[in-house]
Amino acid sequence: MRYSLFNLVAQTFAGNRNWTAAWRKAEPKPAYDVVIVGGGGHGLATAYYLAKGYGIKNVAVVEKGYLGSGNVGRNTTIVRSNYLLPQNIAFYERSLKLWEGLAQELNFNTMVSQRGVINVFHSDPQRNAYVRRGNAMRLSGADAELLSRDQLRKLLPFADFDNARFPIRGALMQRRGGTVRHDAVAWGYARAADALGVDIIENCEVTGIRIERGQVRGVETTCGFIGAGKIGLATAGNSSRVAAMAGLRFPIESHVIQAFVSEGLKPLIDNVVTFGAGHFYVSQSDKGGLVFGGDLDGYNSYAQRGNLPVVEDVAEGACALFPNLARLRILRNWGGIIDMSMDGSPIIDKTSVGGLYFNGGWCYGGFKATPASGASFARLIAKDEPDELIRPFRLDRFARGAILDEKGMGAQPNLH
Amino acid sequence: MRIKCPYCGERDAAEFAYLGAADLKRPDPGASEAANVFFDYVYLRDNLAGPHAELWYHAGGCRSWLRVVRDTRTHVISNVQLAKEQGSG
Repeated sequence: MRYSLFNLVAQTFAGNRNWTAAWRKAEPKPAYDVVIVGGGGHGLATAYYLAKGYGIKNVAVVEKGYLGSGNVGRNTTIVRSNYLLPQNIAFYERSLKLWEGLAQELNFNTMVSQRGVINVFHSDPQRNAYVRRGNAMRLSGADAELLSRDQLRKLLPFADFDNARFPIRGALMQRRGGTVRHDAVAWGYARAADALGVDIIENCEVTGIRIERGQVRGVETTCGFIGAGKIGLATAGNSSRVAAMAGLRFPIESHVIQAFVSEGLKPLIDNVVTFGAGHFYVSQSDKGGLVFGGDLDGYNSYAQRGNLPVVEDVAEGACALFPNLARLRILRNWGGIIDMSMDGSPIIDKTSVGGLYFNGGWCYGGFKATPASGASFARLIAKDEPDELIRPFRLDRFARGAILDEKGMGAQPNLH
Repeated sequence: MRIKCPYCGERDAAEFAYLGAADLKRPDPGASEAANVFFDYVYLRDNLAGPHAELWYHAGGCRSWLRVVRDTRTHVISNVQLAKEQGSG
């Protein structure tokens, strides 16, 4: 059913009894042209673009839990393209452009809110670094603006500008950045893919990958064997576990990152604000809760929950930047498991197994990458070759020494 | 999460810094296949879901390197030894 004002009015007068389910409960067929492992944002987007852009509609998305139960529902919903390396800016800028038109594309209200992303700085060297970043962004076609202390004061009058340790000198702002309703992204892609004939199979965990003579044949799952001509892995957070089923090892560690939501407040923070020096970033949801987080816990984890030292660190960062948050009460706190790659940049590529494609290593960039990742991964699976945007994200870049290390931290995943 | 340091006793995890997987052996740079083996050593990880042997540094205490076996699914620590006794790294 197409969502429109006309339909809304008609359904209202019919007592809202005739709305149809957004997607079918599909039973697995014996075989598909393509099986996507992982029913998160990336997997669903990939299935949608495969069906929409390449006419490959005999596709299944296999999800171990319910749809959107992984990282697409656990992130802090920020979208932006304020990277430093041209390869990353180009890719994330493509994604931001796709976000801008996504609600129309999917006929689903994804609540894209371009409220602006602000990165505050505290010293001349940090200002220089942000000037450089802003220039790199503008050279690659993204938008960036340097805000003076006075300009920033108009946006964040309650910030502690004269903090003794981190006085605020200004900020880099990307006005086109912002937030997107993350669940709506999963639901919107699922609904649009389903309408094109994609089977979405929930509560069906992949337990093995069947390979014969170096070529994939299908996946073993908790609901039986499903044949597949090609398999796309979109299971970031658990990439190593799934890859091990095909005998592969990746340059990835799984780490836990925590996020928080506060009690609801009246409108206070209009933008997304990041305080890198203090390991804190925040935005305010439409319900009024502050959505915020900080750094990784820093050790390998699959537990989907973190520890208290990071909670304390994030709270300290919050109070240092915004002293008026000191008595804020926290409503919820959770952890998500992310693939931390060895250079802090993602991996999308074919693997050494025929017909097996990999999408992962997203570090902090997974949610904001969803549309571009789906579009490029679909093309890779359909055409068997990477497009210009994901060529820098190939798996062999580590062996070739062509790493994309935004922060220059080296092969130490918890420092990226 | 608390880690039982052999010298200092059970201490808060905030006192420790994490390095990563233990038991990686630095390959011989003179070997004929050195580039490939170094790629494996520097970049590839098993990234286990389950008991994981890893190196922690007691930065806020005795400054020992520890080899800790910790379940990455539950954060339960089953064993802590001094890395030098184990010969890690």
